[in-house]
Amino acid sequence: MSTRNEEVDKLVRREYAAGFITDVESDTLPPGLDDDVIRAISAKKNEPAWLLEWRLSAFHHWQTMPTPNWAHLRIEPIDYQAISYFSAPKSKKDAPKSLDEVDPKLLETYAKLGIPLREQEMLAGVAVDAVFDSVSVATTFKGKLKDAGVIFCSFSDAVRDYPEIVQQYLGTVVPPGDNYFAALNSAVFTDGSFVFVPKGVRCPMELSTYFRINAMNTGQFERTLIVAEERATVSYLEGCTAPMRDENQLHAAVVELVALDDAYIKYSTVQNWYPGDENGIGGIYNFVTKRGECRGPRSKISWTQVETGSAITWKYPSCVLTGDDSTGEFYSVALTNNWQQADTGTKMIHIGRNTKSTIVSKGISAGHGQNAYRGLVKVLPSAEGARNYTQCDSLLIGKLCGAHTFPYIEVKTPHAVVEHEASTSKISDEQLFYCRQRGVSEEDAVNMIVNGFCKDVFRELPMEFAVEAQKLLGVSLEGAVG
Amino acid sequence: MLKIENLKVRVAGQEILKGLDLEVNAGEVHAIMGPNGSGKSTLAHVLAGRPGYEVTGGSALYEGRDLLAMAPEERAREGVFLAFQYPVEIPGVNNVYFLKAAINAVRRHRGEQELDAMDFLALVKERIKLVELDESLLNRSINEGFSGGEKKRNEIFQMAVLEPKLALLDETDSGLDIDALRVVAAGINALRSPDRAMVLVTHYQRLLDYVKPDVVHVLSAGRIVKSGPPELAKELETRGYDWVVQEARSA
Repeated sequence: MSTRNEEVDKLVRREYAAGFITDVESDTLPPGLDDDVIRAISAKKNEPAWLLEWRLSAFHHWQTMPTPNWAHLRIEPIDYQAISYFSAPKSKKDAPKSLDEVDPKLLETYAKLGIPLREQEMLAGVAVDAVFDSVSVATTFKGKLKDAGVIFCSFSDAVRDYPEIVQQYLGTVVPPGDNYFAALNSAVFTDGSFVFVPKGVRCPMELSTYFRINAMNTGQFERTLIVAEERATVSYLEGCTAPMRDENQLHAAVVELVALDDAYIKYSTVQNWYPGDENGIGGIYNFVTKRGECRGPRSKISWTQVETGSAITWKYPSCVLTGDDSTGEFYSVALTNNWQQADTGTKMIHIGRNTKSTIVSKGISAGHGQNAYRGLVKVLPSAEGARNYTQCDSLLIGKLCGAHTFPYIEVKTPHAVVEHEASTSKISDEQLFYCRQRGVSEEDAVNMIVNGFCKDVFRELPMEFAVEAQKLLGVSLEGAVG
Repeated sequence: MLKIENLKVRVAGQEILKGLDLEVNAGEVHAIMGPNGSGKSTLAHVLAGRPGYEVTGGSALYEGRDLLAMAPEERAREGVFLAFQYPVEIPGVNNVYFLKAAINAVRRHRGEQELDAMDFLALVKERIKLVELDESLLNRSINEGFSGGEKKRNEIFQMAVLEPKLALLDETDSGLDIDALRVVAAGINALRSPDRAMVLVTHYQRLLDYVKPDVVHVLSAGRIVKSGPPELAKELETRGYDWVVQEARSA
């Protein structure tokens, strides 16, 4: 009886598989990576020849590179031939039909974060009707942006509609061969976001709102390019405070920012990818290369990140301060709980005169989490009068976690001021008892202390996300104490 | 309000309280005195529920309920307050924000409505006068960078806002100069009320010059060995503790 059932199962599965392959032929490439795969990706996207060449040269370079192993991370070897490098948006057939089919744990988290029902459906990947409220909202945004002259579209659309701008800037901040994961991304990236703010334009809205509604499924190898021309200003928020339904294990994204004279780019990230379970099973490997260049004088690039998700985070949003009097900032909260690992920080490269940079990094470790800050402040001989201030604090919760700090400072001009402050503290039993003696529960006490610790960074986030980020820390720390 | 019988407590494997009896009624102020290491602070901490204290025998009833079975935050919400001897610093957590969280935790527990920002601020501004504490301290991190005297006054200020039923004051007078002591004592006196009981744990008699207790107990080697009127404190000040300890031994 049971054998029969198995056979039936097999049969059914085979049938399904066959149906699936038809799909695959049109939408998904089989696993594996070689020149042909890259040609296929490029062809599917109708890319110009120069971009295909660009991809191929990145790929050939990648093949010569060793996997980096300098980070303070334990990483299982990744089989790059087992990954499928192109897959069209998920068919609605596989998606949950309603929130009832979604993991209740996930829903509980959404509820705690106060996410509206509609957005919950989007985040959980529920196959909602294509026409729903937010589409019209998005259209309104689109009109407003267009009136201001701001281009904000998917990377693929940008390649099709604004190839000359893309060609002018792509890879000029993060060269295709920059590092292992950037090279891989350059070879196989499928989509991402493109923002262009022309001369003198102040982007009329936080690009966050729009993003949250529209650009969710940007995929595994995401490519983002933001260009702010002279005197332009833009604030961009990537990611989402809610954990997203995502089966991809490896994420290798590249983000490039270019700020011309007097331009200002503010880039905020709230990353809450699946971190794996309490036992360290599963979770996203997040290997990201983010870099901005302050190309023009008096330009400014500011990175703010709140990293609470992913099993492994490998990420160093950096600023190349080429223009005189330009400013780079990096504000970071990185939290590791359970078995999460993070190796994150920044690089500030001072090239222009009187360039300034500020680094504020807050690392929180709980459970068995391992949290490393890795930062480079490099002042070249040309950067007379450069200043850097670095503050790097770690907070430990419990006895099994770890915090590590790897600051690198290279100063090649005598006319620079570089300050570095670091601290490590622990939430002590005395502090918890004090709070509890005043009637505050242990969980609330931990949240209060952690939020206090992160205040300097949350201040830098757009208002509505600062509030969510606070709640998110609370959710991510659940079960960390007691 | 508080009835302790034959309480035995171990800390790190060592028996500190060895059968302590104490009864405190609403409206009363009791002073617990005794030489160093007699178990005074242990008593205050075990009543507040500090982790690491192992109760090996006896009982402590608070308003007829088993106090020792309650979690520390539950005791606090039920009206037990401990003024710490060494108030801990909590960097990054705003003093007044913390106090608001505390009072609202208590109010929720009682089924009362939470105080809104305006009402809370009004209450805080009124109570802070009791201890002559500078208002600028309200917006600093909890106890961070406070002087010793400011920390102690902050404890009494918190007590004034939280309005506990049973206040345990652990060496609140230690480290205070005479002016600060007067201020703190005035604050404590202002909070005396017929529905509130206070237990003052102190090594020296000087606080009792300003806060007149109803009963004075002498704690020695984990037991209360003598209880008496306020004059007992004076006697201890002049004669020391040895004679009481001797008396207890020979009894």
